[in-house]
Amino acid sequence: MEAQRIYQLLTEKFPGNIYELKEKATQPASIRVNPETIVEISSYLRDDSELAFDFLMCLSAVDYPENFTVVYHLFSTKHLHKIAIGVKLPREAPRVHTVEVVWPAANWHEREAYDLMGIVFDKHSDLRRILLPDDWDGHTLRKDYQAPKTYNGVKI
Amino acid sequence: MAALESEEMFINMGPQHPSTHGVLRLMLRTDGEVVREAVPHIGYLHRSLEKIAENVTYSQFMPFTDRLDYLASMNCNHVYAMAVERLAGIEVPERAEYLRVIMAELNRISSHLIAFGSFGADMGAFTPFIYAIREREKINDLFEMVCGARLTYNYYRIGGVAQDLPEGFVGKTREFLDYFEPKVKEYNRLLSWNKIFLKRLTNIAVIKPEEAIAYGVTGPNLRGSGVKWDLRKNEPYSVYDRFEFEVPVGTGEKGTVGDCWDRYWVRIREMEESVRIIRQALDRLPDGEIRAKVPRVFKPPEGEVYLRAENPRGDLGFYLVSDGSTNPYRLKIRAPSFCTMSIFRKLSQGLMVADLVALIGSLDIILPEIDR
Repeated sequence: MEAQRIYQLLTEKFPGNIYELKEKATQPASIRVNPETIVEISSYLRDDSELAFDFLMCLSAVDYPENFTVVYHLFSTKHLHKIAIGVKLPREAPRVHTVEVVWPAANWHEREAYDLMGIVFDKHSDLRRILLPDDWDGHTLRKDYQAPKTYNGVKI
Repeated sequence: MAALESEEMFINMGPQHPSTHGVLRLMLRTDGEVVREAVPHIGYLHRSLEKIAENVTYSQFMPFTDRLDYLASMNCNHVYAMAVERLAGIEVPERAEYLRVIMAELNRISSHLIAFGSFGADMGAFTPFIYAIREREKINDLFEMVCGARLTYNYYRIGGVAQDLPEGFVGKTREFLDYFEPKVKEYNRLLSWNKIFLKRLTNIAVIKPEEAIAYGVTGPNLRGSGVKWDLRKNEPYSVYDRFEFEVPVGTGEKGTVGDCWDRYWVRIREMEESVRIIRQALDRLPDGEIRAKVPRVFKPPEGEVYLRAENPRGDLGFYLVSDGSTNPYRLKIRAPSFCTMSIFRKLSQGLMVADLVALIGSLDIILPEIDR
């Protein structure tokens, strides 16, 4: 299915919560949505027989100067189409509801985004650091991250 | 009789354990010999490659991709190069595409060889490992001819490959393929149909197809569950659409579809298919340029791209965000072993401790890629 058509279906279903479609210089095309409604939108994307996005390829967090963005790259093994869904989160308190009930694959991806970028996923079943030690300070992939001089008293 | 009360015990398996294939730590909650749950703790090899990517140029990041899945460096190089080329709209010359396919498939064989050998060793058969290493050495020799390195190749370049084939490479590769093909039959006699091996693996840790897709399990592990899904076939990239090859899937031949043996068996048959692809590529290898013209100061236009391709361990994906400067603004690596490992906790429930080793081996995970 074309990105235009997916965008159209989403706007009909969730009026006011689907913001923009970006096709230029973006592969796959990306649709920005309201973070408040991410679970409803995700469930619809997975369960609608025309869309059937059953495969979460990737979940990434990006640190932009104005905000944090979480991008969900989706794929349908039934219709072989792809789309990226993006949510913008405020810099001061980046929070969004987890989508692990929709795609279990999101569990570890979200833990990684929490660990390295400090995005908090509400209602996540196991939101712990995953790659860094539990007592690490800060989130390393943030642009303003300063590497510490010591770790537990050991010089690095 | 009322069920006997038993106490649960927590055991650490790893991070230094011969069967965890690297520095993986599993926290086991056991009830006698039964594993109630195994919780993976990862990150011991975390080098923050994604942060490094933001501080080097696009081409400088190529050697770092070698260090993702070090058993399949060529394949990692390939996916990264394709992602950057897609971002910048670079056309790769035909000869370079063929060279890329040849190297990627050779590397797929050598990666599956390690999977085969170490799996045998995990199950108590050490000889297959020696056999596998013997063949892998020959592939390493070929790679050394091409790029001088035996492990981290850094052979691919944005727009092509580093250098053309050295004299005698085509002949030597054909020689290797002729030597290697009958060896696969030998492996089957030695290990695949070995009664003890079969007993250890069939009907153990079955992954259902819908479960695999939900958790993002890809590659041979997904195909072991009977899903005919291979990006080389279903989403052809490079020049894969020009070659004839089969996509082997698990059929439950010896047990249940999606058990440990099915995953193992898919890899064995994939080695034979890779041989077929390399033969065809060598036959039709065109002349011409090996690298597209890419400016010395390389700045892809603003934009973002998510690109995935079939690595020996599943779909490797790169999400690249460019702000038009010389360095990536953000690079996220979607590592196949990372996603495969996320289903581990669920799969481990109810297994025997010894079967847990079979499960880890059958998933063929690699830690530097999980930890990045």
